[in-house]
Amino acid sequence: MHTPQTGIDMQELARRIDALRPTLLRLAQLQLRNPAWAEDAVSETVLAVLQGAQRFNGTSQLKTWIVGILKHKVLDQLRLHAREPTLADTGDDGEDDLDELLFKGNGHFREMPEHWADPCSELQRDQFFAVLEACLDHLPNRQGRVFLMREWLEIDSRVICQELDIAPTNLWVQLHRARLRLRECLQSNWFGAAPR
Amino acid sequence: MKIPNSCRDISGLLLAREDRSLSFGERLALRVHILTCRACQRFEKQTLTLRGALRAWRAHQDHDDPPDSR
Repeated sequence: MHTPQTGIDMQELARRIDALRPTLLRLAQLQLRNPAWAEDAVSETVLAVLQGAQRFNGTSQLKTWIVGILKHKVLDQLRLHAREPTLADTGDDGEDDLDELLFKGNGHFREMPEHWADPCSELQRDQFFAVLEACLDHLPNRQGRVFLMREWLEIDSRVICQELDIAPTNLWVQLHRARLRLRECLQSNWFGAAPR
Repeated sequence: MKIPNSCRDISGLLLAREDRSLSFGERLALRVHILTCRACQRFEKQTLTLRGALRAWRAHQDHDDPPDSR
């Protein structure tokens, strides 16, 4: 195989892509919540990486470059399927329970919110990220999608409304619920859990 | 418009702040309430901890680990 002087060794690239594939698939699935769409996004990413390998200038890190491409392909999938009924979640997402768990009828906290220690210290970081991802995965699909559009794809709220064709108030409600739910999940499974 | 002043309202603003800019009135109500409410002070700290944690998670997913962290 031809190896251009400025580009990256293609065999090395193939090896790196292979090694990254599980990560790419995990991230795509977390955002899209649909295994088939996630597969599509990752396949298109790999194709684009191979086609664009000559343009990779080596000044940015390879993973950064590939994940950047993945984010575009994931967004393409969201656009492609935005009008499908599968994107509209079904049914009860238990918001009332969540609110009642946290607040009394008069709007006061039931319990004093706990002090949260920094979860990202060197020693526990990987464990914390695993719990965080499990909690993100547990969000109802619709909430999870908009939340990760904000926090992983880093898309402005107004743009999310345009992309998904939803009203701002609808988006605020989804994001509010997602954030409350994530907080509760982390309180139970990390911050308030028994010492590790 | 109803002035937000319960902990439920204020925590709602603290969460909304992550996704949109608050109006002047909302920011004022938030500051006034938080001045005297320990529970909402804690809740605010939690939202900031979570903000930092999500940023760290994103950086971890999007970039190579520095070589010395393996």
